[in-house]
Amino acid sequence: MKVYCGIDIGASAAKLVVIDGAGRVCAQGVQRSGIDYTRTADTLLDAALANAGLDRSQVAGAVSTGYGRDNVPWAAGKMTEIACHGKGAWFHFPQPITVIDIGAQDSKVIHLDETGKRQSFKMNRKCAAGTGAFIEEIAHRLAVDVAQLNGLAAKSAVDVPLGSFCTVFAATEVLEKIRKGVAVEDIVKGAFSSVVKRIVEMDTLTGALVATGGVVAHNPVLAHMLGKAFSTEALLPPEPQFTGAFGAALFAIEKNNAQPA
Amino acid sequence: MSAERRDIEATKKMKGLMGRYFTELMSGPESGRKTAWCTSVGPGELLHALGFNVYYPENHGAMLGATRMATDLIPVANARGFSPDICSYLTSDIGSYLKGESPFNKMNLPGPPKADVLVFNTNQCRDVKDWFQFYAREWNVPCIGVHSPRAVGDVDKIIIEAVAKQIKALVPTLEMVAGCKLDMDKLKEVIALSKRCTELWKGVLKTAVAVPAPLTFFDETIQMGPAVVLRGTQEAIDYYEVLLAELEQRVADGVAAVEGETCRIYWEGMPIWGKLSALAGQFAQLKTAVVASTYCNSWVFDDLDPDDPFESMARAYTELFICRSDDRKERYMQEMIATFSIDGVLYHDAKTCPNNSNNRYDLPRRVQERTGKPYVVVNGDLNDLRLYSEEQTRTNIEAFVEQLAEGVN
Repeated sequence: MKVYCGIDIGASAAKLVVIDGAGRVCAQGVQRSGIDYTRTADTLLDAALANAGLDRSQVAGAVSTGYGRDNVPWAAGKMTEIACHGKGAWFHFPQPITVIDIGAQDSKVIHLDETGKRQSFKMNRKCAAGTGAFIEEIAHRLAVDVAQLNGLAAKSAVDVPLGSFCTVFAATEVLEKIRKGVAVEDIVKGAFSSVVKRIVEMDTLTGALVATGGVVAHNPVLAHMLGKAFSTEALLPPEPQFTGAFGAALFAIEKNNAQPA
Repeated sequence: MSAERRDIEATKKMKGLMGRYFTELMSGPESGRKTAWCTSVGPGELLHALGFNVYYPENHGAMLGATRMATDLIPVANARGFSPDICSYLTSDIGSYLKGESPFNKMNLPGPPKADVLVFNTNQCRDVKDWFQFYAREWNVPCIGVHSPRAVGDVDKIIIEAVAKQIKALVPTLEMVAGCKLDMDKLKEVIALSKRCTELWKGVLKTAVAVPAPLTFFDETIQMGPAVVLRGTQEAIDYYEVLLAELEQRVADGVAAVEGETCRIYWEGMPIWGKLSALAGQFAQLKTAVVASTYCNSWVFDDLDPDDPFESMARAYTELFICRSDDRKERYMQEMIATFSIDGVLYHDAKTCPNNSNNRYDLPRRVQERTGKPYVVVNGDLNDLRLYSEEQTRTNIEAFVEQLAEGVN
């Protein structure tokens, strides 16, 4: 069986997806991107293939994306994460959509039309506000593991606004809330709300809202809040953290098909 | 994969020309010539006509950016009390002065020449005046200038008369500092030279209408030196005649500045001086040519007229894109996009240069509506690389070219 591979080496995590020619997922894997992207890519590929009982000779095409997209020697093609998140999201929701990808260090808003063609996109400014880095910082301040954040936010019924745009100032605000005895779950929800506000400020919505990336994958409460802020429901593709890698794998199929027989 | 920029032969001549200009500037006191500082779109012609050595500190600002010396010098000015949020030409230059370090030193020249008089035009921004006033206080010399109207729609008679009056009002002070009377024939002669320089520079920029373009925005930011600092002199004319001939030959031979050009981009906003080379390389790899810009066209002064010196200077320096209303800017960009067969527009939002960051009042969306051409916004700065994200910009540009490629093919 011929398979296609997409790898998304992000600022925090590297994600790999192996699919068949029809776009069905055969294997996937995720690990921290680390400091040696090439090695991370190799480890992920070999582990995923082994789990699926496949070997490298069956990989008919591979595309890399994310910050580390230039560091994957076995990927014949590379695309930006904007293209890949759009591609992956539209595969699951083939209609006019706005994809909001919240990554560890940046956020993107991508508009696709009914044919899946990109109309426009925006990236966040040079600022951690509205990204996973902001949430990580707040978790650190609150001395909780990032994995606990969603559960905590789900318990909160109170809106505790964090007014500051800047992550550092917002963290200072958190200290003030702690001092005043505000419940941790309410502060976490306030932090989620801050991320959502930064996203809402970036762009307007066209078509349905699809949320992707590690932040919404691990924090469905935040995804729900994002939808609410746009007065709609945030659609989530299966395993939103892998949407970029999945989109890259879809590009690998396209590139393979485009090659002369 | 590496992509080489094609060298322009004439550049060697330009380096000699600029070197002589700088040397002459530095030797002003020994040769008995007075030095006037002038903002880059200030009344340089008037200063030349009065026999001043004319120094344009924005050129020094750009050099501080391009050499990345600005990165160490801006904080020096910040510590003195100039905010990191104001013009980073200003903070780079004042930091350079305070620390006594300049790119001129690497050319075995002393730092910028001390001014006998500083002459500004606020057609660009208020920061140029604040910049010059710092030196006026330091050296106890006059700082005079023109306060231009901004966000101008029609450049009408009332505006022209008001600006022309202000330019005329500079003359007595300038005559006093220069120690001579203004010779109107000399002024007309300088304006005629400036006009010719403008025509040639415009001709140079227009060669990029050709597909493929024989030069890019990144070449132009280097080639514009004489148009900025030597307009009003025969040397600038001589240089641009050589450059234009070379570029016309390139067009005739189908020589591309970017090998395999497939996409054509318009650059709106300031250059990112410290990243010119890296950006030129990235665009070349993407087979994308940045073929036109508002910035490099800012030294095209169509309205200069030797027969009407003061009013034509007033018109030329008020017709500039930077001091026009958004509806005028939109129309201008629409024309440029059509003329240069542009596929997409890149807006540089320069954090410390609000007046030359034209994405901030919803203009990109309106220009896209007018032209159907997509846009991208890159956040950065002209000189302060603390405000620039290498990785984010790389992805932003790459993603934009991906998007354009979908439309172009």
